[in-house]
Amino acid sequence: MAIFKTRDAAGPLEYGRRLSIRTIVALTLIFLYAPIVTLMAFSFNDSRRNIVWQGFTFEWYGRAWNNARLFEAFANSLLIAAVATVLATVIGTMLAIGLWRFRFPGRAVLEGLTALPIVIPEICMGVAMMVFFARVQWPTDLPYPLNLASIIVAHTAFCFPFVAVVVRARMAGFDRSLEEAAKDLGASEWATYRDVILPYLRPGIVAGALLAFTLSLDDFVITFFTSGPNTMTFPVLVYSMVRFSVTPEVNAASTVLIVLTALVTVLAMTLQSPTKAAED
Amino acid sequence: MDSWKNNRGLFAILTLPATLWLAAFFLVPLGFVWLISFGEKQGIVDIALTWTLDNYLRALDPLYLGILFRSVWVAGIATLICLVVGFPVALAITFAPARWKPILLLLVILPFWTNLLIRTYALIAVLRTRGFINFGLEWLWEKASAVIAFLGMDPTPILGERFQAFDMLYNSGSVIFGLVYVHLPFMILPLYAALERLDKSYLEASLDLGAGQWRTLFSVTVPLTLPGILSGVIITFIPALGAFLTPDLLGGPDSQMIGNLIERQFKAANDWPFGAALSFLLMYVTFFVLALRAVGSSRQARIAAAEAE
Repeated sequence: MAIFKTRDAAGPLEYGRRLSIRTIVALTLIFLYAPIVTLMAFSFNDSRRNIVWQGFTFEWYGRAWNNARLFEAFANSLLIAAVATVLATVIGTMLAIGLWRFRFPGRAVLEGLTALPIVIPEICMGVAMMVFFARVQWPTDLPYPLNLASIIVAHTAFCFPFVAVVVRARMAGFDRSLEEAAKDLGASEWATYRDVILPYLRPGIVAGALLAFTLSLDDFVITFFTSGPNTMTFPVLVYSMVRFSVTPEVNAASTVLIVLTALVTVLAMTLQSPTKAAED
Repeated sequence: MDSWKNNRGLFAILTLPATLWLAAFFLVPLGFVWLISFGEKQGIVDIALTWTLDNYLRALDPLYLGILFRSVWVAGIATLICLVVGFPVALAITFAPARWKPILLLLVILPFWTNLLIRTYALIAVLRTRGFINFGLEWLWEKASAVIAFLGMDPTPILGERFQAFDMLYNSGSVIFGLVYVHLPFMILPLYAALERLDKSYLEASLDLGAGQWRTLFSVTVPLTLPGILSGVIITFIPALGAFLTPDLLGGPDSQMIGNLIERQFKAANDWPFGAALSFLLMYVTFFVLALRAVGSSRQARIAAAEAE
Protein backbone atom coordinates (compact mmCIF):
# COMPACT_ATOMS: atom_id res chain seq x y z
CA MET A 1 0.00 0.00 0.00
CA ALA A 2 1.41 3.27 -1.14
CA ILE A 3 0.61 5.14 2.07
CA PHE A 4 2.77 2.91 4.19
CA LYS A 5 5.77 3.12 1.93
CA THR A 6 8.47 5.34 3.27
CA ARG A 7 9.15 8.24 0.96
CA ASP A 8 12.76 7.23 0.50
CA ALA A 9 12.32 3.66 -0.68
CA ALA A 10 13.86 3.44 -4.12
CA GLY A 11 11.70 1.97 -6.87
CA PRO A 12 12.95 -1.18 -8.58
CA LEU A 13 14.23 0.78 -11.56
CA GLU A 14 15.55 3.79 -9.69
CA TYR A 15 19.10 2.53 -9.79
CA GLY A 16 20.38 6.04 -9.23
CA ARG A 17 18.91 5.93 -5.72
CA ARG A 18 20.52 2.70 -4.62
CA LEU A 19 23.27 3.18 -2.13
CA SER A 20 25.62 0.70 -3.82
CA ILE A 21 25.32 2.40 -7.20
CA ARG A 22 25.52 5.85 -5.69
CA THR A 23 28.75 4.82 -4.00
CA ILE A 24 30.20 3.61 -7.29
CA VAL A 25 29.21 6.84 -9.04
CA ALA A 26 30.68 8.94 -6.23
CA LEU A 27 33.93 6.96 -6.20
CA THR A 28 34.20 7.17 -9.99
CA LEU A 29 33.76 10.93 -9.95
CA ILE A 30 36.35 11.24 -7.17
CA PHE A 31 38.68 9.03 -9.19
CA LEU A 32 38.19 11.17 -12.29
CA TYR A 33 38.41 14.53 -10.59
CA ALA A 34 40.71 14.23 -7.57
CA PRO A 35 43.97 14.39 -9.56
CA ILE A 36 42.83 17.36 -11.68
CA VAL A 37 41.38 19.26 -8.73
CA THR A 38 44.53 18.66 -6.66
CA LEU A 39 46.64 19.95 -9.51
CA MET A 40 44.49 23.06 -9.84
CA ALA A 41 44.45 23.68 -6.09
CA PHE A 42 48.22 23.44 -5.82
CA SER A 43 48.68 26.02 -8.55
CA PHE A 44 47.60 28.47 -5.82
CA ASN A 45 49.96 27.01 -3.24
CA ASP A 46 52.54 29.31 -1.75
CA SER A 47 55.32 26.73 -1.80
CA ARG A 48 57.71 25.43 -4.40
CA ARG A 49 57.65 21.93 -2.90
CA ASN A 50 54.25 21.42 -4.40
CA ILE A 51 53.08 18.95 -1.75
CA VAL A 52 52.42 20.79 1.48
CA TRP A 53 49.81 23.51 1.51
CA GLN A 54 51.44 26.73 2.68
CA GLY A 55 48.95 29.41 1.78
CA PHE A 56 47.15 31.03 -1.11
CA THR A 57 49.00 32.89 -3.82
CA PHE A 58 48.68 34.03 -7.42
CA GLU A 59 52.45 34.14 -7.72
CA TRP A 60 52.74 31.15 -10.09
CA TYR A 61 50.31 32.66 -12.54
CA GLY A 62 52.46 35.78 -12.75
CA ARG A 63 55.61 33.67 -13.12
CA ALA A 64 54.00 31.50 -15.79
CA TRP A 65 53.03 34.64 -17.70
CA ASN A 66 56.62 35.92 -17.50
CA ASN A 67 58.22 32.55 -18.32
CA ALA A 68 59.18 33.10 -21.97
CA ARG A 69 59.39 29.40 -22.92
CA LEU A 70 56.09 28.55 -21.28
CA PHE A 71 54.36 31.59 -22.74
CA GLU A 72 55.66 30.85 -26.22
CA ALA A 73 54.55 27.20 -26.07
CA PHE A 74 51.11 28.21 -24.82
CA ALA A 75 50.72 30.89 -27.51
CA ASN A 76 51.86 28.39 -30.18
CA SER A 77 49.25 25.87 -29.01
CA LEU A 78 46.47 28.45 -29.21
CA LEU A 79 47.57 29.72 -32.63
CA ILE A 80 47.85 26.20 -34.06
CA ALA A 81 44.46 25.27 -32.65
CA ALA A 82 42.84 28.43 -34.03
CA VAL A 83 44.19 28.05 -37.59
CA ALA A 84 43.65 24.26 -37.71
CA THR A 85 40.08 24.76 -36.45
CA VAL A 86 39.24 27.24 -39.22
CA LEU A 87 40.72 24.99 -41.92
CA ALA A 88 39.17 21.80 -40.52
CA THR A 89 35.76 23.43 -40.08
CA VAL A 90 35.66 24.78 -43.63
CA ILE A 91 36.74 21.61 -45.43
CA GLY A 92 34.92 19.31 -42.99
CA THR A 93 31.64 21.17 -43.42
CA MET A 94 31.96 21.24 -47.21
CA LEU A 95 32.67 17.52 -47.24
CA ALA A 96 29.63 16.82 -45.04
CA ILE A 97 27.38 18.82 -47.37
CA GLY A 98 28.93 17.17 -50.44
CA LEU A 99 28.39 13.66 -49.06
CA TRP A 100 24.82 14.51 -48.09
CA ARG A 101 23.97 16.14 -51.40
CA PHE A 102 25.62 14.03 -54.09
CA ARG A 103 25.61 10.48 -55.29
CA PHE A 104 28.91 9.62 -56.96
CA PRO A 105 31.12 6.64 -57.69
CA GLY A 106 33.45 5.98 -54.76
CA ARG A 107 31.21 7.70 -52.23
CA ALA A 108 31.38 4.82 -49.75
CA VAL A 109 35.15 4.61 -50.19
CA LEU A 110 35.57 8.32 -49.50
CA GLU A 111 33.36 8.01 -46.42
CA GLY A 112 35.41 5.08 -45.16
CA LEU A 113 38.70 6.83 -45.79
CA THR A 114 37.64 9.99 -43.95
CA ALA A 115 36.77 7.83 -40.94
CA LEU A 116 40.32 6.43 -40.88
CA PRO A 117 42.00 9.33 -39.04
CA ILE A 118 39.37 8.90 -36.31
CA VAL A 119 39.91 5.17 -35.80
CA ILE A 120 43.61 4.46 -36.33
CA PRO A 121 45.85 4.73 -33.26
CA GLU A 122 47.32 8.22 -32.82
CA ILE A 123 50.86 6.90 -32.80
CA CYS A 124 50.43 5.45 -36.31
CA MET A 125 49.30 8.82 -37.61
CA GLY A 126 52.10 10.53 -35.68
CA VAL A 127 54.88 8.46 -37.22
CA ALA A 128 53.24 8.79 -40.66
CA MET A 129 53.40 12.57 -40.38
CA MET A 130 57.00 12.38 -39.17
CA VAL A 131 58.02 10.22 -42.13
CA PHE A 132 56.04 12.40 -44.54
CA PHE A 133 57.62 15.70 -43.51
CA ALA A 134 61.08 14.14 -43.56
CA ARG A 135 60.56 12.57 -47.00
CA VAL A 136 59.16 15.66 -48.71
CA GLN A 137 61.96 17.65 -47.05
CA TRP A 138 59.61 20.13 -45.51
CA PRO A 139 61.83 23.06 -44.43
CA THR A 140 62.41 23.08 -40.68
CA ASP A 141 64.03 26.51 -40.39
CA LEU A 142 61.11 28.70 -41.41
CA PRO A 143 60.57 31.92 -39.48
CA TYR A 144 57.68 32.21 -37.00
CA PRO A 145 54.76 31.62 -37.58
CA LEU A 146 55.50 29.55 -40.70
CA ASN A 147 57.44 27.02 -38.61
CA LEU A 148 54.10 25.94 -37.16
CA ALA A 149 52.70 25.12 -40.61
CA SER A 150 53.60 21.41 -40.50
CA ILE A 151 51.81 20.97 -37.15
CA ILE A 152 48.79 22.90 -38.45
CA VAL A 153 48.66 20.68 -41.56
CA ALA A 154 48.76 17.52 -39.42
CA HIS A 155 46.15 18.82 -36.95
CA THR A 156 43.80 19.82 -39.77
CA ALA A 157 44.14 16.32 -41.23
CA PHE A 158 42.91 14.62 -38.04
CA CYS A 159 40.38 17.31 -37.03
CA PHE A 160 38.33 17.73 -40.22
CA PRO A 161 36.88 14.17 -40.18
CA PHE A 162 35.45 14.90 -36.70
CA VAL A 163 33.89 18.14 -37.99
CA ALA A 164 32.44 16.24 -40.98
CA VAL A 165 30.87 13.62 -38.66
CA VAL A 166 29.27 16.23 -36.38
CA VAL A 167 27.97 18.35 -39.27
CA ARG A 168 26.59 15.29 -41.09
CA ALA A 169 24.68 14.28 -37.97
CA ARG A 170 23.04 17.71 -38.01
CA MET A 171 22.53 17.57 -41.81
CA ALA A 172 20.60 14.30 -41.44
CA GLY A 173 17.73 16.17 -39.80
CA PHE A 174 17.43 18.70 -42.61
CA ASP A 175 14.07 18.93 -44.33
CA ARG A 176 14.77 19.12 -48.05
CA SER A 177 11.45 20.77 -48.75
CA LEU A 178 12.96 23.95 -47.24
CA GLU A 179 15.61 23.88 -49.92
CA GLU A 180 13.02 23.21 -52.63
CA ALA A 181 10.84 26.05 -51.34
CA ALA A 182 13.79 28.44 -51.49
CA LYS A 183 14.54 27.43 -55.06
CA ASP A 184 10.85 27.63 -56.06
CA LEU A 185 10.81 31.16 -54.69
CA GLY A 186 13.63 32.05 -57.01
CA ALA A 187 16.73 31.68 -54.81
CA SER A 188 19.90 30.76 -56.66
CA GLU A 189 21.99 27.76 -55.62
CA TRP A 190 24.38 30.02 -53.71
CA ALA A 191 21.57 31.98 -52.03
CA THR A 192 19.97 28.70 -50.92
CA TYR A 193 23.20 27.64 -49.24
CA ARG A 194 23.79 31.03 -47.67
CA ASP A 195 20.26 31.68 -46.42
CA VAL A 196 18.78 28.22 -45.82
CA ILE A 197 21.29 25.40 -45.45
CA LEU A 198 24.15 27.12 -43.62
CA PRO A 199 21.91 28.82 -41.02
CA TYR A 200 20.29 25.43 -40.36
CA LEU A 201 23.71 23.80 -39.99
CA ARG A 202 25.13 26.50 -37.73
CA PRO A 203 24.81 24.65 -34.37
CA GLY A 204 26.47 21.60 -35.93
CA ILE A 205 29.26 23.68 -37.46
CA VAL A 206 29.92 25.50 -34.19
CA ALA A 207 29.92 22.24 -32.22
CA GLY A 208 32.27 20.68 -34.79
CA ALA A 209 34.59 23.69 -34.64
CA LEU A 210 34.73 23.59 -30.83
CA LEU A 211 35.47 19.86 -30.99
CA ALA A 212 38.28 20.49 -33.48
CA PHE A 213 39.66 23.26 -31.27
CA THR A 214 39.84 21.09 -28.15
CA LEU A 215 41.24 18.12 -30.12
CA SER A 216 44.02 20.29 -31.54
CA LEU A 217 44.76 21.95 -28.20
CA ASP A 218 44.82 18.55 -26.50
CA ASP A 219 46.98 16.74 -28.99
CA PHE A 220 50.34 15.53 -27.80
CA VAL A 221 51.25 12.40 -29.75
CA ILE A 222 50.88 13.71 -33.31
CA THR A 223 52.52 17.04 -32.45
CA PHE A 224 55.38 15.23 -30.71
CA PHE A 225 56.26 13.47 -33.97
CA THR A 226 55.56 16.44 -36.26
CA SER A 227 57.20 19.32 -34.45
CA GLY A 228 60.73 20.32 -35.35
CA PRO A 229 63.42 20.95 -32.76
CA ASN A 230 62.53 24.63 -32.49
CA THR A 231 58.78 24.42 -32.22
CA MET A 232 57.16 23.84 -28.85
CA THR A 233 53.53 23.43 -28.02
CA PHE A 234 52.27 23.40 -24.47
CA PRO A 235 51.77 19.60 -24.21
CA VAL A 236 55.18 18.95 -25.75
CA LEU A 237 56.80 21.37 -23.28
CA VAL A 238 55.06 19.77 -20.31
CA TYR A 239 56.19 16.36 -21.59
CA SER A 240 59.79 17.49 -21.69
CA MET A 241 59.50 18.80 -18.12
CA VAL A 242 57.51 16.03 -16.42
CA ARG A 243 60.40 13.65 -15.81
CA PHE A 244 62.71 16.23 -14.33
CA SER A 245 61.18 19.13 -12.53
CA VAL A 246 57.61 20.13 -12.72
CA THR A 247 57.24 23.60 -11.36
CA PRO A 248 54.09 25.21 -9.97
CA GLU A 249 54.18 27.48 -13.04
CA VAL A 250 53.20 24.45 -15.12
CA ASN A 251 50.35 23.78 -12.67
CA ALA A 252 49.19 27.36 -13.19
CA ALA A 253 49.38 27.19 -16.99
CA SER A 254 47.63 23.77 -16.91
CA THR A 255 44.86 25.25 -14.77
CA VAL A 256 44.34 28.00 -17.35
CA LEU A 257 44.15 25.39 -20.11
CA ILE A 258 41.75 23.17 -18.12
CA VAL A 259 39.41 26.09 -17.45
CA LEU A 260 39.60 27.11 -21.12
CA THR A 261 38.75 23.61 -22.37
CA ALA A 262 36.00 23.21 -19.78
CA LEU A 263 34.38 26.44 -20.99
CA VAL A 264 34.63 25.35 -24.64
CA THR A 265 33.15 21.92 -23.79
CA VAL A 266 30.23 23.37 -21.83
CA LEU A 267 29.58 25.78 -24.71
CA ALA A 268 29.66 22.96 -27.27
CA MET A 269 27.30 20.82 -25.18
CA THR A 270 24.84 23.66 -24.72
CA LEU A 271 24.82 24.28 -28.47
CA GLN A 272 24.23 20.62 -29.21
CA SER A 273 21.53 20.01 -26.63
CA PRO A 274 18.14 19.14 -28.12
CA THR A 275 16.27 22.07 -26.58
CA LYS A 276 18.68 24.51 -28.17
CA ALA A 277 18.49 22.75 -31.52
CA ALA A 278 14.70 22.96 -31.46
CA GLU A 279 14.83 26.74 -30.97
CA ASP A 280 16.93 27.28 -34.08
CA MET B 1 20.42 12.94 -53.39
CA ASP B 2 21.52 14.32 -56.76
CA SER B 3 23.90 12.70 -59.14
CA TRP B 4 27.25 14.48 -59.17
CA LYS B 5 26.87 14.98 -62.93
CA ASN B 6 24.00 17.43 -62.45
CA ASN B 7 26.20 20.03 -60.81
CA ARG B 8 29.85 19.19 -61.35
CA GLY B 9 31.12 22.60 -60.27
CA LEU B 10 29.43 22.53 -56.88
CA PHE B 11 30.37 18.90 -56.39
CA ALA B 12 34.03 19.69 -56.99
CA ILE B 13 34.00 22.73 -54.69
CA LEU B 14 32.40 20.75 -51.86
CA THR B 15 34.36 17.51 -51.96
CA LEU B 16 37.74 18.30 -53.51
CA PRO B 17 39.38 20.24 -50.64
CA ALA B 18 38.73 17.46 -48.12
CA THR B 19 39.64 14.69 -50.56
CA LEU B 20 42.90 16.36 -51.56
CA TRP B 21 43.83 17.17 -47.95
CA LEU B 22 43.13 13.61 -46.91
CA ALA B 23 45.12 12.22 -49.84
CA ALA B 24 48.11 14.52 -49.47
CA PHE B 25 48.42 14.70 -45.70
CA PHE B 26 47.07 11.37 -44.56
CA LEU B 27 47.02 8.68 -47.23
CA VAL B 28 50.36 9.60 -48.80
CA PRO B 29 52.10 9.68 -45.37
CA LEU B 30 50.58 6.28 -44.51
CA GLY B 31 51.72 5.04 -47.92
CA PHE B 32 55.27 6.16 -47.14
CA VAL B 33 55.21 4.25 -43.85
CA TRP B 34 53.83 1.18 -45.62
CA LEU B 35 56.63 1.28 -48.21
CA ILE B 36 59.31 1.86 -45.59
CA SER B 37 58.07 -1.19 -43.69
CA PHE B 38 59.35 -3.29 -46.62
CA GLY B 39 62.64 -1.42 -46.78
CA GLU B 40 66.11 -1.84 -45.39
CA LYS B 41 68.19 0.68 -43.54
CA GLN B 42 71.29 1.80 -45.37
CA GLY B 43 73.51 4.16 -43.47
CA ILE B 44 72.01 6.60 -41.02
CA VAL B 45 69.19 8.17 -43.00
CA ASP B 46 68.84 6.22 -46.24
CA ILE B 47 66.28 3.48 -46.62
CA ALA B 48 66.32 1.20 -49.65
CA LEU B 49 63.02 -0.31 -50.70
CA THR B 50 63.84 -4.01 -51.13
CA TRP B 51 60.40 -5.53 -50.46
CA THR B 52 61.89 -7.54 -47.63
CA LEU B 53 59.64 -9.07 -44.99
CA ASP B 54 62.41 -9.05 -42.39
CA ASN B 55 60.90 -6.14 -40.48
CA TYR B 56 57.66 -8.01 -39.96
CA LEU B 57 59.48 -11.24 -39.10
CA ARG B 58 61.54 -9.37 -36.53
CA ALA B 59 58.33 -8.59 -34.67
CA LEU B 60 58.03 -12.34 -34.04
CA ASP B 61 61.24 -12.27 -31.99
CA PRO B 62 60.25 -13.40 -28.44
CA LEU B 63 61.40 -10.05 -27.02
CA TYR B 64 59.05 -8.04 -29.24
CA LEU B 65 56.30 -10.63 -29.26
CA GLY B 66 56.33 -10.38 -25.46
CA ILE B 67 55.76 -6.63 -25.67
CA LEU B 68 52.94 -7.13 -28.18
CA PHE B 69 51.22 -9.68 -25.95
CA ARG B 70 51.69 -7.52 -22.89
CA SER B 71 50.12 -4.58 -24.75
CA VAL B 72 47.05 -6.68 -25.59
CA TRP B 73 46.87 -8.00 -22.04
CA VAL B 74 47.29 -4.60 -20.33
CA ALA B 75 44.81 -2.91 -22.68
CA GLY B 76 42.39 -5.83 -22.17
CA ILE B 77 42.54 -5.62 -18.36
CA ALA B 78 42.09 -1.83 -18.49
CA THR B 79 39.08 -2.27 -20.81
CA LEU B 80 37.56 -4.88 -18.50
CA ILE B 81 37.95 -2.61 -15.46
CA CYS B 82 36.40 0.27 -17.43
CA LEU B 83 33.44 -1.96 -18.32
CA VAL B 84 32.87 -3.20 -14.77
CA VAL B 85 33.12 0.31 -13.32
CA GLY B 86 31.45 2.09 -16.23
CA PHE B 87 28.32 -0.06 -16.43
CA PRO B 88 26.86 0.88 -13.02
CA VAL B 89 27.78 4.53 -13.66
CA ALA B 90 26.00 4.47 -17.03
CA LEU B 91 23.05 2.73 -15.37
CA ALA B 92 22.89 5.41 -12.70
CA ILE B 93 22.99 8.22 -15.30
CA THR B 94 20.24 6.54 -17.37
CA PHE B 95 17.89 6.20 -14.42
CA ALA B 96 18.80 9.50 -12.78
CA PRO B 97 16.11 12.19 -12.45
CA ALA B 98 15.85 14.30 -15.63
CA ARG B 99 17.41 17.36 -14.07
CA TRP B 100 20.50 15.43 -12.92
CA LYS B 101 21.19 13.72 -16.24
CA PRO B 102 22.90 16.56 -18.13
CA ILE B 103 24.99 17.41 -15.07
CA LEU B 104 26.19 13.83 -14.60
CA LEU B 105 26.90 13.52 -18.32
CA LEU B 106 28.89 16.75 -18.29
CA LEU B 107 30.85 15.52 -15.27
CA VAL B 108 31.79 12.38 -17.20
CA ILE B 109 32.62 14.25 -20.42
CA LEU B 110 34.71 17.08 -18.94
CA PRO B 111 37.79 15.04 -17.96
CA PHE B 112 37.59 13.45 -21.40
CA TRP B 113 38.24 16.88 -22.93
CA THR B 114 40.90 17.87 -20.43
CA ASN B 115 44.39 17.69 -21.84
CA LEU B 116 45.71 14.13 -21.75
CA LEU B 117 49.18 15.25 -20.78
CA ILE B 118 47.91 17.39 -17.92
CA ARG B 119 45.81 14.49 -16.62
CA THR B 120 48.72 12.08 -16.80
CA TYR B 121 50.93 14.60 -15.08
CA ALA B 122 48.29 15.06 -12.38
CA LEU B 123 48.28 11.28 -11.84
CA ILE B 124 52.05 11.30 -11.38
CA ALA B 125 51.71 14.04 -8.77
CA VAL B 126 49.19 11.89 -6.91
CA LEU B 127 50.93 8.52 -7.16
CA ARG B 128 54.67 9.21 -6.91
CA THR B 129 56.66 8.31 -3.78
CA ARG B 130 56.60 11.92 -2.69
CA GLY B 131 53.09 12.41 -4.01
CA PHE B 132 49.78 13.23 -2.39
CA ILE B 133 48.72 9.68 -1.54
CA ASN B 134 51.97 8.82 0.20
CA PHE B 135 51.97 12.19 1.89
CA GLY B 136 48.46 11.62 3.19
CA LEU B 137 49.40 8.11 4.37
CA GLU B 138 52.48 9.46 6.14
CA TRP B 139 50.33 12.01 7.92
CA LEU B 140 47.96 9.22 9.02
CA TRP B 141 50.96 7.14 10.12
CA GLU B 142 52.24 9.98 12.30
CA LYS B 143 48.82 10.51 13.89
CA ALA B 144 48.37 6.78 14.45
CA SER B 145 51.76 6.39 16.10
CA ALA B 146 51.09 9.46 18.24
CA VAL B 147 47.79 7.93 19.39
CA ILE B 148 49.48 4.61 20.16
CA ALA B 149 52.25 6.36 22.05
CA PHE B 150 49.62 8.36 23.93
CA LEU B 151 47.97 5.10 24.99
CA GLY B 152 51.27 4.14 26.55
CA MET B 153 52.33 1.55 23.97
CA ASP B 154 55.30 1.38 21.70
CA PRO B 155 54.19 2.06 18.10
CA THR B 156 57.32 0.55 16.49
CA PRO B 157 56.25 -3.14 16.44
CA ILE B 158 52.86 -2.30 14.99
CA LEU B 159 53.69 0.41 12.48
CA GLY B 160 57.40 -0.06 11.90
CA GLU B 161 60.37 2.14 12.60
CA ARG B 162 59.40 4.84 10.15
CA PHE B 163 56.85 5.40 7.41
CA GLN B 164 57.49 3.35 4.27
CA ALA B 165 56.32 5.15 1.15
CA PHE B 166 54.54 2.96 -1.40
CA ASP B 167 56.05 2.65 -4.87
CA MET B 168 52.92 3.03 -6.93
CA LEU B 169 54.45 4.34 -10.15
CA TYR B 170 56.48 2.80 -12.94
CA ASN B 171 54.96 -0.70 -13.11
CA SER B 172 52.20 -2.41 -15.08
CA GLY B 173 49.72 -1.62 -12.30
CA SER B 174 50.21 2.12 -12.69
CA VAL B 175 49.92 1.80 -16.49
CA ILE B 176 46.57 0.00 -16.11
CA PHE B 177 45.49 2.59 -13.54
CA GLY B 178 46.40 5.38 -15.97
CA LEU B 179 44.67 3.71 -18.93
CA VAL B 180 41.47 3.28 -16.90
CA TYR B 181 41.71 6.88 -15.73
CA VAL B 182 42.10 8.17 -19.29
CA HIS B 183 39.62 5.88 -21.07
CA LEU B 184 36.76 5.48 -18.58
CA PRO B 185 34.65 8.22 -20.24
CA PHE B 186 35.09 6.45 -23.62
CA MET B 187 33.37 3.43 -22.06
CA ILE B 188 30.63 5.23 -20.12
CA LEU B 189 29.27 7.28 -23.04
CA PRO B 190 28.39 4.41 -25.47
CA LEU B 191 27.06 2.34 -22.54
CA TYR B 192 24.85 5.25 -21.55
CA ALA B 193 23.67 5.71 -25.16
CA ALA B 194 22.69 2.01 -25.33
CA LEU B 195 20.96 1.99 -21.93
CA GLU B 196 19.08 5.19 -22.75
CA ARG B 197 17.57 3.55 -25.87
CA LEU B 198 16.64 0.38 -24.00
CA ASP B 199 12.91 -0.07 -23.58
CA LYS B 200 12.52 0.07 -19.80
CA SER B 201 9.31 -1.96 -19.87
CA TYR B 202 11.39 -5.10 -20.53
CA LEU B 203 13.12 -4.55 -17.19
CA GLU B 204 9.82 -3.95 -15.45
CA ALA B 205 8.37 -7.10 -17.01
CA SER B 206 11.36 -9.13 -15.88
CA LEU B 207 11.14 -7.80 -12.33
CA ASP B 208 7.34 -8.23 -12.23
CA LEU B 209 7.68 -11.83 -13.33
CA GLY B 210 9.87 -12.54 -10.36
CA ALA B 211 13.41 -12.31 -11.64
CA GLY B 212 15.78 -10.63 -9.20
CA GLN B 213 17.86 -7.56 -9.99
CA TRP B 214 20.96 -9.63 -10.84
CA ARG B 215 19.06 -12.03 -13.03
CA THR B 216 17.36 -9.10 -14.82
CA LEU B 217 20.77 -7.51 -15.32
CA PHE B 218 22.38 -10.59 -16.87
CA SER B 219 19.37 -12.03 -18.74
CA VAL B 220 17.70 -8.84 -19.95
CA THR B 221 19.75 -5.65 -19.64
CA VAL B 222 23.12 -6.98 -20.78
CA PRO B 223 21.85 -8.96 -23.81
CA LEU B 224 19.70 -6.04 -24.97
CA THR B 225 22.53 -3.54 -24.67
CA LEU B 226 25.18 -5.85 -26.12
CA PRO B 227 25.84 -3.67 -29.21
CA GLY B 228 26.51 -0.70 -26.93
CA ILE B 229 28.75 -2.81 -24.69
CA LEU B 230 30.70 -3.96 -27.76
CA SER B 231 31.05 -0.36 -28.99
CA GLY B 232 32.30 0.70 -25.58
CA VAL B 233 34.78 -2.18 -25.40
CA ILE B 234 36.15 -1.45 -28.89
CA ILE B 235 36.27 2.32 -28.40
CA THR B 236 38.23 1.77 -25.17
CA PHE B 237 40.42 -1.09 -26.28
CA ILE B 238 41.76 0.41 -29.53
CA PRO B 239 43.26 3.61 -28.10
CA ALA B 240 44.41 1.74 -24.98
CA LEU B 241 46.26 -0.77 -27.15
CA GLY B 242 48.01 1.98 -29.10
CA ALA B 243 48.68 4.14 -26.04
CA PHE B 244 52.05 5.80 -25.98
CA LEU B 245 51.92 8.56 -23.40
CA THR B 246 50.46 6.57 -20.48
CA PRO B 247 53.00 3.70 -20.51
CA ASP B 248 55.76 6.16 -21.33
CA LEU B 249 55.14 8.39 -18.32
CA LEU B 250 53.56 5.97 -15.81
CA GLY B 251 55.29 2.73 -16.81
CA GLY B 252 58.73 1.45 -15.97
CA PRO B 253 61.20 -0.37 -18.20
CA ASP B 254 59.21 -3.61 -17.72
CA SER B 255 55.84 -2.16 -18.63
CA GLN B 256 56.45 -0.72 -22.08
CA MET B 257 53.77 -1.22 -24.69
CA ILE B 258 53.79 -1.40 -28.49
CA GLY B 259 53.35 2.39 -28.72
CA ASN B 260 56.63 2.90 -26.86
CA LEU B 261 58.36 0.35 -29.06
CA ILE B 262 57.22 2.19 -32.20
CA GLU B 263 58.27 5.55 -30.78
CA ARG B 264 61.71 4.21 -29.91
CA GLN B 265 62.29 2.98 -33.48
CA PHE B 266 61.46 6.40 -34.88
CA LYS B 267 63.34 8.45 -32.31
CA ALA B 268 66.11 6.91 -30.19
CA ALA B 269 66.80 3.66 -32.06
CA ASN B 270 66.44 5.29 -35.50
CA ASP B 271 65.22 2.10 -37.16
CA TRP B 272 62.37 3.40 -39.29
CA PRO B 273 61.70 0.21 -41.31
CA PHE B 274 61.11 -1.83 -38.14
CA GLY B 275 59.05 0.98 -36.58
CA ALA B 276 56.98 1.24 -39.77
CA ALA B 277 56.32 -2.52 -39.75
CA LEU B 278 55.25 -2.38 -36.07
CA SER B 279 53.04 0.59 -36.81
CA PHE B 280 51.28 -1.31 -39.59
CA LEU B 281 50.95 -4.41 -37.40
CA LEU B 282 49.21 -2.24 -34.81
CA MET B 283 46.93 -0.87 -37.52
CA TYR B 284 46.10 -4.35 -38.79
CA VAL B 285 45.14 -5.41 -35.26
CA THR B 286 42.94 -2.30 -35.04
CA PHE B 287 41.22 -3.15 -38.34
CA PHE B 288 40.79 -6.75 -37.21
CA VAL B 289 39.05 -5.63 -34.02
CA LEU B 290 36.82 -3.24 -36.00
CA ALA B 291 36.03 -5.97 -38.54
CA LEU B 292 35.03 -8.34 -35.71
CA ARG B 293 32.31 -5.93 -34.78
CA ALA B 294 31.31 -5.24 -38.39
CA VAL B 295 30.71 -8.91 -39.15
CA GLY B 296 28.93 -9.40 -35.81
CA SER B 297 25.27 -10.28 -35.95
CA SER B 298 23.03 -8.91 -38.65
CA ARG B 299 20.73 -7.77 -35.90
CA GLN B 300 23.41 -5.43 -34.72
CA ALA B 301 23.82 -4.05 -38.23
CA ARG B 302 20.10 -3.33 -38.32
CA ILE B 303 20.33 -1.47 -35.04
CA ALA B 304 23.24 0.55 -36.40
CA ALA B 305 21.22 1.33 -39.52
CA ALA B 306 18.34 2.48 -37.36
CA GLU B 307 20.74 4.71 -35.45
CA ALA B 308 21.97 6.30 -38.64
CA GLU B 309 18.44 7.29 -39.68
